[in-house]
Amino acid sequence: MLRFIVRRLLQVIPTLLLLSVLVFAWLRSLPGGPATAFLGDRATPESVANLERVLGLDQPIPVQYVQFLGRVVTGDFGTSTITGEPVLAEIGRALPATIELSIAALVLAVALGIPLGYLAARKRGGPLDVSTVIGTLVGVAVPVFFLGYILKAVFAVELGLFPPSGRQSVAVDATNVTGFAVLDGLLTREFDASLDALSHLVLPAVALATIPLAVITRITRASVLEVLNADFVRTANSKGLTPGTVRGRHVLRNALLPVSTTIGLQVGLLLAGAVLTERVFVWGGIGTLLADAITLRDYPRLQAILLLGALVYVLVNLLVDLSYAIIDPRVRLS
Amino acid sequence: MTTSLQKTPGGASTGEPLLSVRDLTVAFTRRGEPDSVAVDGVSFDVAPGQIVGLVGESGCGKSVTSMAITRLLPARGVRVTGSAMMDGVDLLTLPEAEMRERRGRDLSMVFQDPLSSLNPVIPVGLQVTEVLTRHRGMKKEAARAEAADLLDRVGIPDPRRRLDSYPHQLSGGMRQRALIAIALACRPRLLIADEPTTALDVTIQAQILELLKDMVRDTGAALVMITHDLGVVAGLCETVNVLYGGRIVERAQRHRLFATPRHPYTNGLLGSIPRLDSPAGEDLVAIPGSVADNLPWASACAFAPRCPRAVGVCRTTTPEAETSGGRLLRCHNPVPATAE
Ligand SMILES: Nc1ncnc2c1ncn2[C@@H]1O[C@H](COP(=O)(O)OP(=O)(O)O)[C@@H](O)[C@H]1O
Ligand code: SF4
Ligand SMILES: [Mg+2]
Repeated sequence: MLRFIVRRLLQVIPTLLLLSVLVFAWLRSLPGGPATAFLGDRATPESVANLERVLGLDQPIPVQYVQFLGRVVTGDFGTSTITGEPVLAEIGRALPATIELSIAALVLAVALGIPLGYLAARKRGGPLDVSTVIGTLVGVAVPVFFLGYILKAVFAVELGLFPPSGRQSVAVDATNVTGFAVLDGLLTREFDASLDALSHLVLPAVALATIPLAVITRITRASVLEVLNADFVRTANSKGLTPGTVRGRHVLRNALLPVSTTIGLQVGLLLAGAVLTERVFVWGGIGTLLADAITLRDYPRLQAILLLGALVYVLVNLLVDLSYAIIDPRVRLS
Repeated sequence: MTTSLQKTPGGASTGEPLLSVRDLTVAFTRRGEPDSVAVDGVSFDVAPGQIVGLVGESGCGKSVTSMAITRLLPARGVRVTGSAMMDGVDLLTLPEAEMRERRGRDLSMVFQDPLSSLNPVIPVGLQVTEVLTRHRGMKKEAARAEAADLLDRVGIPDPRRRLDSYPHQLSGGMRQRALIAIALACRPRLLIADEPTTALDVTIQAQILELLKDMVRDTGAALVMITHDLGVVAGLCETVNVLYGGRIVERAQRHRLFATPRHPYTNGLLGSIPRLDSPAGEDLVAIPGSVADNLPWASACAFAPRCPRAVGVCRTTTPEAETSGGRLLRCHNPVPATAE
């Protein structure tokens, strides 16, 4: 098991290296650059060239890349061309917001998706199943952006049930400990702050959870349907086991194997979706950093965010593979 | 010699049968399509401790018959009629919860593919003990000890360690032994084995058949042996039911059936068994055609298109089951009886 983990971690390095080359080249192939974007109307060929020299962008791209890599190895992703701050510090400050939102969405998607898919499969062709199938079809097709605005318009603006944007109400005056607003409230026993943060979290989390929820529901449903027809389920029934044992021990455990892989893949989409959701709900996480960075061609910030995103994605999938190995002895013991 | 033919609804029954199947009919229903009848009025008896064969080509309704009796068919899209009496109750109308009490305890099954029939993600031991805790009220430790004992009895070496193995870590033969151990764990009085050796190597097949024979003898269970291979029943069954197109076309004591097959289909099946005394390289005589050629039983003999003895009446009139001298036969023009 340990060797498996080490081997997988070693595989991560070439993957990230390749990605870094791609990101680096892609950014520099975009029209415009940080200098042009930053100077805006004031841009003249001279001022742009000057600024590019200051930023080190006058060097040939391969040289820039090697310099970049040399600094990254020491943990230095450079400073933002927008704020002049080290990008890692910026990211560190914004990260809890994004993680909080992503985890809330993932928990929602898993906690609803698995039972929903399971029940739909058990009552195949029934009203719940039919509405689930239709609902998930719609769910994967609705753009997150659009859904976010609808949710906001209806539940925040019209009905006033939830705050329309932000992570916390200013009036609550919450203490910042970890940067995770809900958790901080619990840690400092400022429960009103936790509640306030939760109510801010609901709409963006629902918007972000929709696609993974739909996907997890569909995969669970398909997987349960397949397992229900499996020979070993017939065996379990032929032993006279109670329906509860058949379902819990024999159906569900096997049906969840493909679902766990799906959840890992959803994390990548979740990161992408978070960017859009944060935009709609003025969330102030990585998504906001990223959006600004794209507009202003902030190379260092973009590089750092994209590479760290990739790292997170790879690590989450490693985690999923490990959990898969734990549930499936055929993987673990071979 | 003329034989007086007499019609009986079921089969010849001696003493009190353990299982008595009457007029079992299973139809698969699909909206917008005519029902497809997979099993059509099947009747047979199994006496305590007896080994009965159910033989026929693939698709003739053997598995559907066994799953109808054990109530393992899907709940929807299937219509089952007839009766299957065991211990004075009709298994086919028993409430589901009561059927679950009996399955695994009074009657159990062994299936064809031992790998897919075992749960891949839980240890073999738990798959044995769960039936002991369910039906014999055993506590965890006692059930484990009993499970190890069961694995030992079915010839699995190092049974204590094997309890913690997963199915993929066992060989095909060992898996089938484990399934047999599971089926016999609560000493059921009836065991239905559906092609238990079909997925195994030839050498392993013989071992598994031997094991089944020993186990049912030791436990006193009756065995319904389902197979497409008359060679399997040859060394095993007392009585053999030959199934064609969902109906029993011939039933006799095994030695009589092998010595003098009367139904042309049985005769054809016997012709396709490899024999030790047949010259090497000689082609086996297979029955021409396939079940796809079947005529509807309602107005003909289903076997007629493939039957070498078919006569005009075979295509216009259903042959009824007739019993004489302990042999059931459903044929207008049977193979002449030679001296038995
Ligand atoms: N679930 C099902 N739905 C529809 N038809 C079925 C189903 N199961 C079996 N059948 C049909 O019933 C017939 C008998 O099948 P089966 O009992 O499995 O044959 P075998 O003798 O090979 O075990 C076949 O024609 C098969 O196509
Ligand atoms: S009834 Fe006719 S067709 Fe059918 S098996 Fe007998 S001889 Fe052949
Ligand atoms: Mg079968």
